[in-house]
Amino acid sequence: MKLLRMTLRAALRALRRNKLRSALTMLGIVIGVAAVITMVSIGQGANASVQQQIQSLGTNLLMVIPGATTSAGVRSGWGGVSTLSASDAAAIGKECSAVADVTYLKRQIVQVVYGDQNWSTVAQGTTPSYGRVRDWEVANGSFFGQRDEETANRVVVLGQTVVDHLFGPGEDPVGALVRIKDVPFRVIGVLQAKGQTTWGQDQDDVMLMPFSTAERRVLGTQRVGTVDLIFASADGASRIPEAAQQIAALLRQRHRIQPGQDDDFTVRSLNEMAQASESASRVMTNLLLSVASISLLVGGIGIMNILLVSVTERTREIGIRMSVGAKARHILLQFLVEAIVLAMAGGLMGAAIGTSAAWAVSRVAGWPTLLSPVAIGGSLLFSGAVGVFFGFYPAQKASRLDPIAALRYE
Amino acid sequence: MSEPLIQVRDLWRIYSLGDVELAALRGVSLDIEAGEWVAIMGASGSGKSTFMNLIGCLDAPSRGSYRLRGRDVAGLSPDERAEIRNREIGFVFQSFNLLPRTSALENVELPLFYGDTPLDEQRERALAALAEVGLVGREEHVPSQLSGGQQQRVAIARALVTQPSLLLADEPTGNLDTQTSLEILAILARLHRERGITIVMVTHEPDVSAHAQRVITFRDGVVVSDVPASSLRRAAEGVA
Repeated sequence: MKLLRMTLRAALRALRRNKLRSALTMLGIVIGVAAVITMVSIGQGANASVQQQIQSLGTNLLMVIPGATTSAGVRSGWGGVSTLSASDAAAIGKECSAVADVTYLKRQIVQVVYGDQNWSTVAQGTTPSYGRVRDWEVANGSFFGQRDEETANRVVVLGQTVVDHLFGPGEDPVGALVRIKDVPFRVIGVLQAKGQTTWGQDQDDVMLMPFSTAERRVLGTQRVGTVDLIFASADGASRIPEAAQQIAALLRQRHRIQPGQDDDFTVRSLNEMAQASESASRVMTNLLLSVASISLLVGGIGIMNILLVSVTERTREIGIRMSVGAKARHILLQFLVEAIVLAMAGGLMGAAIGTSAAWAVSRVAGWPTLLSPVAIGGSLLFSGAVGVFFGFYPAQKASRLDPIAALRYE
Repeated sequence: MSEPLIQVRDLWRIYSLGDVELAALRGVSLDIEAGEWVAIMGASGSGKSTFMNLIGCLDAPSRGSYRLRGRDVAGLSPDERAEIRNREIGFVFQSFNLLPRTSALENVELPLFYGDTPLDEQRERALAALAEVGLVGREEHVPSQLSGGQQQRVAIARALVTQPSLLLADEPTGNLDTQTSLEILAILARLHRERGITIVMVTHEPDVSAHAQRVITFRDGVVVSDVPASSLRRAAEGVA
């Protein structure tokens, strides 16, 4: 312990003697570590914000999309003729054990009028469970219930964007009467603002009403009972694949699809999307990390180079130390500690610069960044390892000098 | 009569330069008693430096035996030799060999550091050694701020600080003017007298060797004369 402290003191003194050289030697490590930390911060920040946006669609969410219908060999793309029905959704909720909750919707773009204001938006007929499945609460008022569904009550819950376009600031929409396709509806609630999806769609530009009301009063009576989309929430994140399988199996059975025949629906999980975006950002981060690692490697070679010069330059010093009783391991340790101090000091400076750079990027460019303690700790450890690895050869060279030759060295 | 401090028998040192073998030392045998002051003389290439390196445990002999304080040290490993140098031997060199840009105090502490002496004791003993060579007030000076004589005194303090039984001085006054040389020799003489330390000193100058009790002369790797210094002085006076 004492030996280490003394050696550390000697190393610091040796490095202080050549301040400029030490600083330049550290530069490679500084740049490498700063780059790693900045890159990882930006990458993780971007990843976290994408994940958050995907989360905002609902937790453990599965989407069942109608489509891929084959009627007499003609395939229509998804969203064409709907092959899904409200009773499919009800069956999913009842029979699939991995599904916790289910909802479905039918939608159309309609005009809504309030006073002298009007706005075109998406009217969605859905079930009272929609808020639970999509993880979407009302900010004000209440959601419609089962009774509204059974009696096809003319009640509507508005998205924030619709409220902004129809109502003045400070005006409470709850209780107001709006006209949708000339049918009067009472506003019973306002949804929490959810923001944009990853692909830039405004999720708040929407009106929700009971499914029965929508079918009978707004959307017309064509293809009664069909739905545009089914949402199911899995019973826990780990059961998402199981839930997707159960849904697919149930729907194939209900739609009488023979083995070998194409499905007339698609089951998608949001976790797939999350994973896709995560792996894309991971590729990017890895790429940047490998560039930064090269910089660390170059920095390490710089340290080795300078130490080799230093060993030659200080041959006489090594001889003096040996003549007064320094053993090989004392000399080895001395140069090794110098290398580690150089590398770790570079690592610390790099961490400081990287952290402030990440902060600056999020302030100036407005990119989200996330400081990763793992990246900071990891790059410090790595720079220490670089010091050990690249310091060992020069240190060993120094420790193997012949004391007589070293003393005579000019 | 106790065992001699240094007992060397048939000591050889052969250097291999490619295919050629060069014997720098060819069978030297001698004893040096504890408390003696011995001067080693001889032309360059006579083998005296090789001899000093061997008895200083900086090098290992090719053949022969070397007992230091009764212990056979000829076959020791480099690390074991480092330990002997640290505990038993102090070196004083012609070119001082102090660590540059390092204070006098830290230079003197260096052997104690490698000898695993506790930190506060290091400081205390180093300060005492510097005081003994008359350098009170210069502890924080670095070698470039000291005169040649002062630097050699720091080196002597460094050699003494571990309280070795043997002091090896390789032309200690070779780089100093006459006045300073006399001061350094006076310090060595006092240490020899007061502490009874054994001194083996290489020199070219008869004036310097006259301080010793015994003069050993090397030529071509062997000892050609080994006489008391007083007989040389008498011979010199006889010629004059």
